[in-house]
Amino acid sequence: MDRRTLLKSAFYTAPLFTAGRLFALPAESAPRLLVLFLRGAYDAANIVVPVGSDFYLAARPNIAVPKEKTLALDGDWGLHPALAESIYPLWQQKQIAFVPFAGPDDLSRSHFQTQDTIELGQPVGGSRNYRSGFLSRLAQAVAGETPIAFTSQLPLCFRGGDPVPNIALEQAARPSLAGRNAELIQAMYQGQELAPAVAEGFAVRAQVYEAISQEMQAANRDAVSPRGFELAAQRIGLLMRERYNLGFVDVGGWDTHVNQGGVEGYLPNRIGELGRGLKLLAETLGPRWNETVVIVVSEFGRTFRENGNRGTDHGHGSTYWVLGGGVKGGRIAGRQAPVTEASLHQDRDWPVLNDYRGLIGGILRRGYGLSETQLQTVFPSVPAQDLALV
Amino acid sequence: MACLRLLLISISLGLAAATGLLAAPAPARPAAIALADRIGWGGGPPVSDPARYLKAQLDPGADDGLPPEVRAEIAAMPISRMSLAEIAADIAQARAAIQAQSPMQPAPTAPAPANAPQNEEARREYRRKLQDYGRQAQTRALLRAIHSRNQLQETLVWFWFNHFNVSQRKGVIAAMVGDYEENAIRPHVLGKFRDLLTATAFHPAMLQYLDNQQNAVGKINENFAREIMELHTMGVGSGYSQKDVQELARILTGVGVNFGAQARPRAVRQGAAAGGGIAFNPRRHDFGDKQFLGQTIKGTGAQEAEQALLILSRQPATARFISRKLAQFYCCDAPPERLVAAMAATFRRTDGDIRAVLTTLFTAPDFTAAPGTKFKDPMHYALSAVRAAYGETPVLNVAPILNWLQRMGQPFYGRETPDGYPLTAEAWNGPGAMEMRFEIAGLVGAGRPSLLQPEAQPPQGGRGARLQPPDLRGSPYVQALLPHLAATTADALAKARSPADWNMLFLSAPEFMYR
Repeated sequence: MDRRTLLKSAFYTAPLFTAGRLFALPAESAPRLLVLFLRGAYDAANIVVPVGSDFYLAARPNIAVPKEKTLALDGDWGLHPALAESIYPLWQQKQIAFVPFAGPDDLSRSHFQTQDTIELGQPVGGSRNYRSGFLSRLAQAVAGETPIAFTSQLPLCFRGGDPVPNIALEQAARPSLAGRNAELIQAMYQGQELAPAVAEGFAVRAQVYEAISQEMQAANRDAVSPRGFELAAQRIGLLMRERYNLGFVDVGGWDTHVNQGGVEGYLPNRIGELGRGLKLLAETLGPRWNETVVIVVSEFGRTFRENGNRGTDHGHGSTYWVLGGGVKGGRIAGRQAPVTEASLHQDRDWPVLNDYRGLIGGILRRGYGLSETQLQTVFPSVPAQDLALV
Repeated sequence: MACLRLLLISISLGLAAATGLLAAPAPARPAAIALADRIGWGGGPPVSDPARYLKAQLDPGADDGLPPEVRAEIAAMPISRMSLAEIAADIAQARAAIQAQSPMQPAPTAPAPANAPQNEEARREYRRKLQDYGRQAQTRALLRAIHSRNQLQETLVWFWFNHFNVSQRKGVIAAMVGDYEENAIRPHVLGKFRDLLTATAFHPAMLQYLDNQQNAVGKINENFAREIMELHTMGVGSGYSQKDVQELARILTGVGVNFGAQARPRAVRQGAAAGGGIAFNPRRHDFGDKQFLGQTIKGTGAQEAEQALLILSRQPATARFISRKLAQFYCCDAPPERLVAAMAATFRRTDGDIRAVLTTLFTAPDFTAAPGTKFKDPMHYALSAVRAAYGETPVLNVAPILNWLQRMGQPFYGRETPDGYPLTAEAWNGPGAMEMRFEIAGLVGAGRPSLLQPEAQPPQGGRGARLQPPDLRGSPYVQALLPHLAATTADALAKARSPADWNMLFLSAPEFMYR
């Protein structure tokens, strides 16, 4: 290698170390936010169950979860028994709140359009800018944010602004490219649109591998290795404990048009796995759980009446979850309507009384101390709704 | 003339390298590879006459030019010899073996519940069969995609499958995707959109995927109806209402899956939709009249569905939606409005003739002016790399390619949601995705694992044997592109220490990420 080459490769690797956030660690006690998206629209009414409603039992003759099987939340609501070991203890410790009648004001009942609506966080009806997601705008608004998407593709909510790393947590093997070849690749992207993404990709891959290999050596004594979402959640906990403070992850498989189950069955199995994963996440975060807020969202609720196949079709209002060590939980929060036939939206599903932007905005204002002006850059034209959750 | 232009480009590249002042430009792609890169999977040899090439691609002959070894491998597959009914019978038998040992019926959409150990073996055999049929279909599709000379046809098969997506992860669809592609998609990819719409809507794979086999009078399931309107024809927000979705769901009642007497003895097989595993069951149909998109559809039975699909195929919104999506796939992430309008006009004039719509697209100035600007999705990336690396040499093992597609986030036949994979750059060019692409560049570049021996054979020389990197640099495609590389790319390539590294760098270069 001649002198010119040496100089050049040194020059080319420079961006790796100066790309700002790459190697900046978040302050230990900085707030951490994880948005968990249940893609496919989970059937909220069968998980956080309106046990106080006779109409609930009438509307779901085959799939209702009867009151005596649920775990009491308050007089009107009960939690699905599949969450007894995982989420219910958090409720008892007042570390989780549920917000029914939540969602966006998008009435298309299309999974894809409504997921986009939520991730973009822009006013519905206007033309959409697909290069500006709400978490990306949040990362711009708050100093010191270290965002990451735990997904194989970069989600819409993180598009726009500085490139955000994404990593599929099931595939975190040792990086095969490093050193000289990685530098040569970066050199080819010098001055190109993709240069920041390329640099970030190499850096994050190395970091994730380092963090996970530490964990695998530390743990694992007679423990059963977690799988699926539980494995992912454990790794998320590790990475958010050490390095990242703004995360996004999605979990699919909630579009239960057929045979969704009631007390037992498909949906209870799915939600049980989700609950176990969240419990593991809290444990892995350790002391950092106190600074962490997890918001569980889904594109819409499902039809309040079961359909002809012991399933449910696309509806409107959902129930969102807000949990974390510092969350002021143990309550059903937000505006509510009586769960009766008369209060159904379009005689079909739940209305949305708590706009998700207002709900999340309220958490951001308290959690990050954002001003109303800053909040407006994250969620234009929707005022924050302060539910005093953090 | 060509010589002179080449000379000029190399002078300007030399200049850029010498001064180091110019940012890496996106140099013009030679016309000899640009068109084939865009309408096919890419990586193929230069074409001497692009206009003639386009004409031939739009009107492909029956001969796909597959190498004899590949042809033989496809012919040897059970799915090439069995009808869908025979495959379904085989699967039904395997399922019956499980149920013989357990009273529990697996729910159609749910994964199998935990079962008593005694039927574990039958269950494993059932899953193995399903996976094997799916694997055959994946292999056949990839072998054709790599080796067929009718490259436009092959990209269209992928495009339309993705448009009318079904996922082999649901139910027994893995056993049906081969037939779905072969008989519902492939014959119509350059034909009338209406035929494609009808063939996919009446295929058992689609009816199971979107739950219409459960849709019956008094037990409405509107999943399929909604996705037909939202994803297959008009597009969301194009003017239809919730009421239209509900009416279409009523129209579709009774259209279900039945593979004959063995599966469901009492179902009535009749009506226009009958055949190929599809049955119309009048007892499950809603015979009331329907108001659909402003028209009255009389309650007459099976032909209502065909009537509704015809109405949908002729909506101006459908012409626009389909035209825009084709332009997005072949031309650019944000196709100009005038291009979409011209294509939609052709669509309406020709009653949805796909060949005509594509002709409008491929000859439009907006298309011809933008070569080398469309970011490759994982399929384009993996297949162009393999095609450039191996040329005419028959690839017989596609297992590594399936693995790469999975790792790049685009598992083959594995998109679980009916919207299909996204077609724009943002979905595929994030930091994690780029890093994964470079890793795969390293694997293709090293020839590891080998694509040249059928999967069943053990690797020659055992595990850890020296693998020969492919001669990427000698391929006609790479030779045509080399003089047009940016100075930064040429610089990096000059520093490669081995043929495998050279391959990895070439496949990682920005120029190779676009088509």
